[in-house]
Amino acid sequence: MHMQPILKIENLRVEYRSKEVGQGTKVALKDLNLSVFPGETFGFLGPNGAGKTTTMNVLLGFVNATSGDAYLFGQNVREPIARQRIGYLPELTYYYKFLTAEELLRFYARIFNIPKNEREKRIDTVLKLVELDHARTRQIKTYSKGMQQRVGLAQALINDPDLLIFDEPTSGLDPIGRMKVREIIQRLKNEGKTVFFSSHELGEVETICDRVGILYQGELKREGRVTDIVSEFNCDLEQAFLRIIGYTPGGATASTPLLHSQAA
Amino acid sequence: MNVIWAIASVVLKEMIRRKDFYVLFVITALITLVMGSVNIFNDKSIAGYLKELCLLLIWICSLVIAISTTARQLYAEKENRTIFPLLAKPVSRAQLLLGKFLGCWIASGLALLLFYVFLAVIAGSREHHWPIGSYFTAFVLHWGALAVVVALALLGSIIFAAPSSNMTICFIVAMGIIWIEPHLNTVAVATKGVLGSLMYAIYFIVPRVDWAFSIRELLVFDNPLPGFAVSGGALLFYAGYTALVLTAAWLLFRRRALHT
Repeated sequence: MHMQPILKIENLRVEYRSKEVGQGTKVALKDLNLSVFPGETFGFLGPNGAGKTTTMNVLLGFVNATSGDAYLFGQNVREPIARQRIGYLPELTYYYKFLTAEELLRFYARIFNIPKNEREKRIDTVLKLVELDHARTRQIKTYSKGMQQRVGLAQALINDPDLLIFDEPTSGLDPIGRMKVREIIQRLKNEGKTVFFSSHELGEVETICDRVGILYQGELKREGRVTDIVSEFNCDLEQAFLRIIGYTPGGATASTPLLHSQAA
Repeated sequence: MNVIWAIASVVLKEMIRRKDFYVLFVITALITLVMGSVNIFNDKSIAGYLKELCLLLIWICSLVIAISTTARQLYAEKENRTIFPLLAKPVSRAQLLLGKFLGCWIASGLALLLFYVFLAVIAGSREHHWPIGSYFTAFVLHWGALAVVVALALLGSIIFAAPSSNMTICFIVAMGIIWIEPHLNTVAVATKGVLGSLMYAIYFIVPRVDWAFSIRELLVFDNPLPGFAVSGGALLFYAGYTALVLTAAWLLFRRRALHT
């Protein structure tokens, strides 16, 4: 039986008007096509400025596409209802810092119309999952960065979503924090959740992801199973990634001295 | 509606946990208290003047609270990036605007209620009579007028680039309406030509916040306040104007790109 994708992007094109006079428009995404299926962990890769965040911005309704469409669970992303069954963790976690973790989660649970009795159970479950049960009544402004990231994870999980969208979830965390977030993603994967995430940690992607899409300068250069890409290039994912985007080691900078001598 | 209430409750929580409201309230309360206890030449009519000054102070403080609370809402959401996890949930931009409006309006109303109760207690203890109904009517009309001010500040936070410019412009507009609007009709009649027509147009376009402000004088001199029909009509006007401004805000905000 043919499986319906949970996330579907069709000929998506995003153009920005340049802020500089006479610069015209800048194309952030060039006719992107992508599908993510139920239960998959999909890694969305690309160097800075490749268009990963723009894609996520369109999926979440922050930015409107110039042309093309994107669907979540068959619903056009322009409709807020398309976001009913997703959980989103932004790259940098910023939440209402005057609230406690418990209050923040209660607020988001109300947004999802979770019934009151179920709401408290859900809050307990996600706080235990992200190991923040002990700090639930503390205001978020007193949390460390790792704890804030875990609050972010908790809010992304409050509605028990079927699809999780993570934008560089481990960025800026210390090794322990990174490991904890990774363990949670692995656990979610084992529970059968669909995870769509962008990351620069290619080792992490290689371990967790089933499939990856490699974006470069707004174009999808490669999409496929991690095992297939790794075996095709006969190297690890990082090396394969560099070859796919056409990076030559030392290429542009090889002839430029790293330090200019001041002695002369 | 649940989503709108949830957003409004966060605005209220923020206001309760911030210190600026308490500072304003303490200052107003202290000034009212000092004025209430002043006794100049045993003049009994002094209570009326003091009431006038206190009501003016309440008006200024309520405008400051309403504008400053509302004007920073969307900026703070964008600057602190809290808007992204919020809009990544099934929340429409209309719901976000309505939630922000409701939260700011209720917060301003709560502050206003405290001010009016405090004034009524101080003035009542001085004058030995308690026109609760008059205070209530004045409070309701004042709160209705604040709905328009809150909606304008919310619209301003979508148009203007910085909260400080939005706050300044909103405050000038509100004060301008209060002080100039009642005289604009007279000036428009006296002015001929295009300028006169322009003044007439402005006279009919701007929200009549000055109606609620003029209630202050009736309260000061213990004159009867407008009845249910007039007050209801004024409140309907404020509700209609608020809806109009909020619709304009939504039209500007609904398709605006937000970059993470």
